[in-house]
Amino acid sequence: MSTEKQPPRALPPFSRMLRLTQPNRADGIAFVILAALALLVFRGAEGAVEPLAKLHLEPVTLDPAYLPYYALRTVIRMFAALAASTVFTLVVATLAARSRRAGQIIVPALDILQSVPILGFLTFTVTFFMGLFPGNILGVEFAAVFAIFTSQAWNMAFSFYQSLRSIPTDLEEVSQGFGLSPIRRFLRLDLPFATPPLVWNAMMSMSGGWFFVVASEAITVGNTTVTLPGIGSWLALAIERQDFRAIGEAVAMMAVVILLYDQLFFRPIVAWADRFRFEQTAGNERPRSWAYDLLRRTRLLPLLFAPITWIGGLLLALDPGRTAMRPARQAQPNPLVERLWQSLVLLAVGAAFWWSAHYVLATLGLADIGEAFGLACLTMVRVIILIALASVVWVPIGVWIGLNPKWAERLQPVAQFLAAFPANVLFPFAVIVIVRWNLSPDIWLSPLMILGTQWYILFNVIAGASAIPNDLREAAGMFGVRGWQWWRQVALPGIFPFYVTGALTASGGSWNASIVAEAVSWGNQRLEAHGLGTYIAKATTAGDYPRVALGIAVMSLFVLGFNRLVWRPMYAFAERRLRLS
Amino acid sequence: MATILAPRPLVEVDALRHYYGAAPGGHLVLDDVNLTLVENEIVGLLGRSGSGKSTLLRSIAGLLHPREGEVRFKADEAGRAPTVSMVFQTFALFPWLTVLQNVELGLEAQKVPAEERRTRALAAIDLIGLDGFENAYPKELSGGMRQRVGLARALVVNPSLLLMDEPFSALDVLTAETLRTDLLDLWSEGRMPIKSILIVTHNIEEAVLMCDRILVFSSNPGRVVAEIKVDLPQPRDRLDPPFRALVDDIYARMTARPTATQPARDGLFPGMGIAMVLPRVSTNSLAGLMEEVDGTPFDGRASMAELADSLQLEVDELLPMAETLQLLRFAELQGADLLLTSGARHYAQADVDARKALFAQALLAHVPIVQHIRRILDERTSHTAPARRFRDELEDHMSPDYADETLRTVTQWGRYGEIFAYDEGSDQFSLEDPE
Repeated sequence: MSTEKQPPRALPPFSRMLRLTQPNRADGIAFVILAALALLVFRGAEGAVEPLAKLHLEPVTLDPAYLPYYALRTVIRMFAALAASTVFTLVVATLAARSRRAGQIIVPALDILQSVPILGFLTFTVTFFMGLFPGNILGVEFAAVFAIFTSQAWNMAFSFYQSLRSIPTDLEEVSQGFGLSPIRRFLRLDLPFATPPLVWNAMMSMSGGWFFVVASEAITVGNTTVTLPGIGSWLALAIERQDFRAIGEAVAMMAVVILLYDQLFFRPIVAWADRFRFEQTAGNERPRSWAYDLLRRTRLLPLLFAPITWIGGLLLALDPGRTAMRPARQAQPNPLVERLWQSLVLLAVGAAFWWSAHYVLATLGLADIGEAFGLACLTMVRVIILIALASVVWVPIGVWIGLNPKWAERLQPVAQFLAAFPANVLFPFAVIVIVRWNLSPDIWLSPLMILGTQWYILFNVIAGASAIPNDLREAAGMFGVRGWQWWRQVALPGIFPFYVTGALTASGGSWNASIVAEAVSWGNQRLEAHGLGTYIAKATTAGDYPRVALGIAVMSLFVLGFNRLVWRPMYAFAERRLRLS
Repeated sequence: MATILAPRPLVEVDALRHYYGAAPGGHLVLDDVNLTLVENEIVGLLGRSGSGKSTLLRSIAGLLHPREGEVRFKADEAGRAPTVSMVFQTFALFPWLTVLQNVELGLEAQKVPAEERRTRALAAIDLIGLDGFENAYPKELSGGMRQRVGLARALVVNPSLLLMDEPFSALDVLTAETLRTDLLDLWSEGRMPIKSILIVTHNIEEAVLMCDRILVFSSNPGRVVAEIKVDLPQPRDRLDPPFRALVDDIYARMTARPTATQPARDGLFPGMGIAMVLPRVSTNSLAGLMEEVDGTPFDGRASMAELADSLQLEVDELLPMAETLQLLRFAELQGADLLLTSGARHYAQADVDARKALFAQALLAHVPIVQHIRRILDERTSHTAPARRFRDELEDHMSPDYADETLRTVTQWGRYGEIFAYDEGSDQFSLEDPE
């Protein structure tokens, strides 16, 4: 190395420092936006810590002037839940990946929680959180945030865990070889590697969260009815009063809100996270975001991120430094301790099972269990038929879109919006139609279950179709493969692995949605279809905890069984036979 | 003069033995390996895949702990224990860090102050010829440049021993040659802080070109079968007759039949029954190899080194092919020469159907597992048998991975020879042709 060479990033002279930190125009714009956001958050959060009585003094009204404020409250709840889910993910998933014993419990638990009907839990959580903060709105706020959290956390944690498990061995060996401490390793390797899938998952979770916002802001548990100021309560009230205009306004407001946080929050993050994509070759189109570009042009940006950098710095300062170059010989797990641990886990599981069974059976008999199973079968038939119908509709459309890149580009945001849109908003219309034509609710309420989840099928089919290699399509074209043969031998095998992913998500979501979709009301008109969803919904309204517990347990059992017996084998088949590459 | 002093040992590897798999038992990958590394030498570990040479390297790097045996680091006169650092075949760069940040990684872990870190990283980058790329991300670099980053990252922490795991095998021939030469230049000029280099390779010429000492490994399990001192002066010339002679000699050692005292699972030689591990060698490659040796200029006899050159094959690829030919009695290995039998020369000239017939004959005569499958299929009235059954039988003699690989190979050979059919969906062998 030549000695006269200056290190490129030596401390700049003071005058340059001044110039560097002098705000520019981008700073101005960014500052205005950020200040406005901060003010909004503050204004919204104020309302969350007032005494509970205030809810009765200032009930939700359908005055459009209040709508933006309600939207603000709802969005803050959603971001609070997202933040909680992220923290949960970072802690729990990392623990599961790093500690074998923790993993033995956490991984199956996450797997089950992913497929449990979250809406059914509202009953328990609302009572719990209201007890934590008696007489304060904060308790109910926590309950609502928790409901949203439960819809986001599990799959985020699971995806993060899977990312951590798929870190390339050579990078692990480098970290180990250089003796990176656990904290440094987490910041340098684990977190960056798992960030892109986590961001993607967070986006999907946020979309799913809307569904639960609408269901969780206005809840009736037994004889307690709570309505938090928010879009969800607005909608509930509009439905009760049969006010079409108010519903239309809420839908428009949601569209605006979704657009705003997509542009101001998720796009910039996706653009930023692109640098962590694990690829060794340049190329591909990079995601773009005007907001991110704006932020990057600001000079005060480092100040904004100072707190995050500070936390990172603090963590690294705590870091004990280089761990021993040659870690101690890994102790063989002591078989006695191992067996003790396993029996402890088994004991805990057994106790939990006995306790819940005892709780349910104390008031309910075998006949009740039989009834729940019968209703679950009805709901299952609905789910199967609906998935089949949705597939028949969306697979051809998705394939067509996927094979036309121009349309795919144009329709992707539309489809994303539709997926984010809470389908329960549209339920009243179904009620009107059914009442008007005197249709059977058992049949005609069913489509509502898949209204919100069918988009997963469409998404995935589009992705699968655009991933069909061009040479395969050209070969098919050259040999004149068309019609049914084309579908059978080119398109369907090409999209199958993607389709299975989509259908799995859609079917899980439909089970969950059945709790709100099988029993729907519009003003004083109430329609019910026979099914497990209605069973749980009715038990919730009546405050009948044993039945709620039984309903949730049976539904979880069905969803898990469905996943294990139908989707997993299909997935394995797709992996084995149809994976292109 | 330094040469008068006895060379100081850096690392001693003592009776290393390692298994893969569950604690009692498991698959033996390294068997009783002893090795002493001294200062000022480049030592090569040469062997095929599965010979445990990477396992040995990782044991020295502290990345894994061998089940038995010991790795001892000898402190120098100041009482400092030697340190190691590793260069990876796949480069192992963090794609989200720049070249500079990647190089600084190890220093950062040692909590070296930022300023010193930067100075040392820049010096290493400069040394390795990466100036101007400090702020590039790995994905913007070519393979050769990436491996330079890997090298700079390994050198910047001042290791006494540099471990290299097939560092050039993911690069194209020209790039690999340039990098090798640069590394040798830095080594001979003493511009690197390291005292010794241990390099894993399966390229015989690379080993002879670079190393002062070569340890040849056998596979399944890995054992040191030969230790060869290379006294040729640097820089070495591939066309130099002593160089060629040494390469031929190593080929011969690597293809030598094991002595009768070795246990039966050792590899791939006739007369060992069902317990043979068969490598994945395609019938097309076998046909190609026979045609090559049958044609001009070899005319039925070729030296392995020349064959590897003319076919652009690594020894790792060529040896299994040659040994399979030997197993099927299509060839004889004499020293470092491959000699086609009359059957093979016949094969090379035959048309497709005659070739298949010859191949089927050889399979049924010399590969016990093929005979076994065929006999079962003939005996059963349904003429079908689940593949699972044979896999289980193989697993009695070898690890599940090897059993699976062996059965895949057998399936491919059997299909080509039209000895039996196999249906992947039902995982069954049968005598029937597809309808």
